Amino acid sequence: MTGSARLPILIAVIVLALLPLGATSNTLLNFMTFALIVALAAQGWNLLGGYGGQFSFGHAAFFGTGAYAMGLLQVRFGLNPWAAMPVAMLLGAAVGWAIGFLAFRARLRGAYFALVTLAFAEVFRILANAWAFTGAAAGLLVPLKLQAANMQFEDKRLFYWLVLAFVAGALVLTAELARSRFGARLVALRENEDAARALGVDTLRVKLAAITLSAGVTAAAGGLYAQKSLYLDAAIAYGPWISVDALLAPIVGGLGTVFGPLIGALALLGLGELSKMALGNLFGGAVPGIDLIVFGILLILAVAFAPRGLLGLFDRLIRRPRPAEGGEATP
Amino acid sequence: MTAPLLVVEDLTKRFGGLTAVDRAALTVRAGTIAGLIGPNGAGKTTLFAMISGFETPTSGAVRFEGRDVTALPAHQRTAAGIARTFQIVQPFAGLSVRENIAVGAYLRRAGRTEALAHADAVGRAVGLGPQLDRPAGEMTVAGRKRLELARALATDPKLLLLDEVLAGLNPSEIRDMIPVIRRIREGGVTILIVEHVMQAVMSLCDEVHVLAQGRMIASGPPLAVARDPAVMEAYLGHGAAARIAASARNPGAPDHA
Amino acid sequence: MPFQPGCRRLMLQIDILLSALANGLMTGAVYALIALGLTLVYGVLHVINFAHGATLTAAMFAVWAAHDGLGIDPYVAILILTPLFFALGYALQRFVIGPASHGSDSNILLVTLGLSIVIENALLAAFRSDTRSIDVPYGFSVIELGNLFLPLPKVIAFFASFLVAALLWGLMAHTDIGKAIRAVSREKTGAALSGIPVEHVYAVTFGLGAACLAVAACLLMPTFLVNPRVGNAFVLVAFTIVVLGGMGSVPGALIGGLIIGVVESLSGLYFGESLGQIGIFLIFILVLLVRPAGLFGARA
Ligand SMILES: Nc1ncnc2c1ncn2[C@@H]1O[C@H](COP(=O)(O)OP(=O)(O)OP(=O)(O)O)[C@@H](O)[C@H]1O
Ligand SMILES: [Mg+2]
Repeated sequence: MTGSARLPILIAVIVLALLPLGATSNTLLNFMTFALIVALAAQGWNLLGGYGGQFSFGHAAFFGTGAYAMGLLQVRFGLNPWAAMPVAMLLGAAVGWAIGFLAFRARLRGAYFALVTLAFAEVFRILANAWAFTGAAAGLLVPLKLQAANMQFEDKRLFYWLVLAFVAGALVLTAELARSRFGARLVALRENEDAARALGVDTLRVKLAAITLSAGVTAAAGGLYAQKSLYLDAAIAYGPWISVDALLAPIVGGLGTVFGPLIGALALLGLGELSKMALGNLFGGAVPGIDLIVFGILLILAVAFAPRGLLGLFDRLIRRPRPAEGGEATP
Repeated sequence: MTAPLLVVEDLTKRFGGLTAVDRAALTVRAGTIAGLIGPNGAGKTTLFAMISGFETPTSGAVRFEGRDVTALPAHQRTAAGIARTFQIVQPFAGLSVRENIAVGAYLRRAGRTEALAHADAVGRAVGLGPQLDRPAGEMTVAGRKRLELARALATDPKLLLLDEVLAGLNPSEIRDMIPVIRRIREGGVTILIVEHVMQAVMSLCDEVHVLAQGRMIASGPPLAVARDPAVMEAYLGHGAAARIAASARNPGAPDHA
Repeated sequence: MPFQPGCRRLMLQIDILLSALANGLMTGAVYALIALGLTLVYGVLHVINFAHGATLTAAMFAVWAAHDGLGIDPYVAILILTPLFFALGYALQRFVIGPASHGSDSNILLVTLGLSIVIENALLAAFRSDTRSIDVPYGFSVIELGNLFLPLPKVIAFFASFLVAALLWGLMAHTDIGKAIRAVSREKTGAALSGIPVEHVYAVTFGLGAACLAVAACLLMPTFLVNPRVGNAFVLVAFTIVVLGGMGSVPGALIGGLIIGVVESLSGLYFGESLGQIGIFLIFILVLLVRPAGLFGARA
């Protein structure tokens, strides 16, 4: 049973891996590392939102938990970051399970689910901002110790490759999931929950598994982010920005597809940077919020004109439009 | 073949002040096709919903293979062998016909290859062979009804609850469907069918149960039930006898309630 | 008879409590007004307008600009901004949200999220993240009520909010468009079949929601600050109120608004400003989890 997406994944990962060998610009490397971290968070969101149809507006809750766990385990408990990473993922997954348990058992869906996830993320943000243990408003500094054993690299490309390895793992996970029984059930309940139940799908269990997995992946992104920047505060870790990015990338790239989040994240953040530069030149200085304006417009455009995202658009361009039933006979 | 597969004991369902089903009881023997008829709003779909676990009864019990399943959630009843179709079809619109059926097939098969193969087989058996790759959202009414049937069948049920799978079909489509349903029974599946198309009920069912305003007012062989004047009055109102006679003379014509 | 010292302290505490309570009620009335716009849209379209908070921020900036640039008093601005925001809300629904979402609820959620991001960041680009306020001569006027000192602008906001709610109720009950809105909210297809222009009704509903925000902004600005992110705080409060009062329920929004105003004011008193906000979120989560139909249950 080899997934049909294996080869494209391999190619994509090789291309991305070769990138820093050609281009040595530090800015580009920084940007790509950040974009891949966002892509990873978005891949997590896509498992639940894209395949399961449960739109979370609060994936910051998982990203932030992963990030703070990574930072706190090192700073407060002296754990090695390589050991802290899986713990951070597990903690993120546990938070996902708990929120899912509460929300899905209460049968929240649609806008209600979106709102309750948003509220949880905000509660975490306020708590992290107030609690001395998490560094409160001053934030949390992870001491700089440039050693591979410490998941801090002299050569920034190594960290980029590490992030890429996580992204690759998430790609494989998604592709496998999409072809599995679990994936079929998840998609089924997205399309019609009653029909899924009638076919023997335990929708609560499937949704719980999906949010747990989803949160674990997004928490990994948070952990990597903490290790990249070595500084955290509540607005970064639990802030709405990552909830929005994690949701936007799959929607722009292609909801419920293996590559959607990755393509969406690269396109989105790339366009954001470009518009920042372009308008910055135009107005002779940085204009705050420009990239986010672009994101917002892209979200609306994607919903309006490209319901299957960039991948769907691409599909339409390179493939002949599918002939209508029986409409192929041309004399 | 007289063991009761399904026993419904005094099921009652109230929605606020409205009693949709009122102490309804029925027994379905294994290997038979039983009909459930009654005028619009009689409570047939609600009774199905309680048998399949989609509605919790206000009181009463559902026994399946001698086991009390009243407290089981819907998905566990399907696992136990009770499958249902929906009167208002509920396709997974974004998926292909094959993928739709596969969701049912996965219930007893973990592997993708087996599930898809079973989906193909079931799809072909109900006449969906040529449409397996089409998106379910693009199907005609007749196609969607078949899809409902195929998905439920793919769960390998012991009891199949069919809620108006013939409604909305034209006479020739109905003629095509009837042998499909018969073949399912011949394959060992017990069937309880809600139907307004009297001709189909008459020709398919071994036994017919009549629900009116939530109450079970008659049970028995189709012809005896159809001749029961009380049933005619309750079920179809005044002038019912004439219409039934008409539909008997004009086979296949749907009887509009 | 002279007060004992202990008794005097008690009286003082009661005064503080009472004034927190009164303050909460007054802020709560404006919250109710904000929630009213949200619940109206929910009641008719059965979707959440995620751009509600950003629209409020835009309205608050409009009040600020009208005062700062043109010297227009915020209470006078009500007359200008209310029709303006009605038109804005109408146009957004008619030409952006409606066409872009193809009639799917989750799409509306996403499109309004997109709008909120655009509006909020456009304000950020235009006004930067500085916090602004306006100076009005009556900004610090108070009304004495026994031992209570009630800020005049808040008292005005309290009564004006109820006035607006009453006007809205009258509009819904006694005008043709009100009847059309109610018809659409009950049975969309039926209303469409009987010749009601559903798209127009949807847009009017959005317009009314935005108009409520314009009024709320004018009432808030004499005592509040504005920055591009201020809407976020309000919108979550408004969501909480709407959920508490029951999605789509107008009396629910009013009572919910008052309750939340009081809870916020009291928890701010006991837990401090930043943690006080948590109280609202926790109520929000609890209500959603335990009674998603709201305390006054009005879910379709
Ligand atoms: N969820 C519900 N809430 C309130 N009332 C309901 C609900 N479901 C069904 N009813 C009411 O219960 C009664 C029985 O409905 P039901 O759908 O079971 O009838 P039916 O026999 O299947 O009718 P039809 O032949 O039209 O399909 C009707 O009056 C219906 O309006
Ligand atoms: Mg029915």
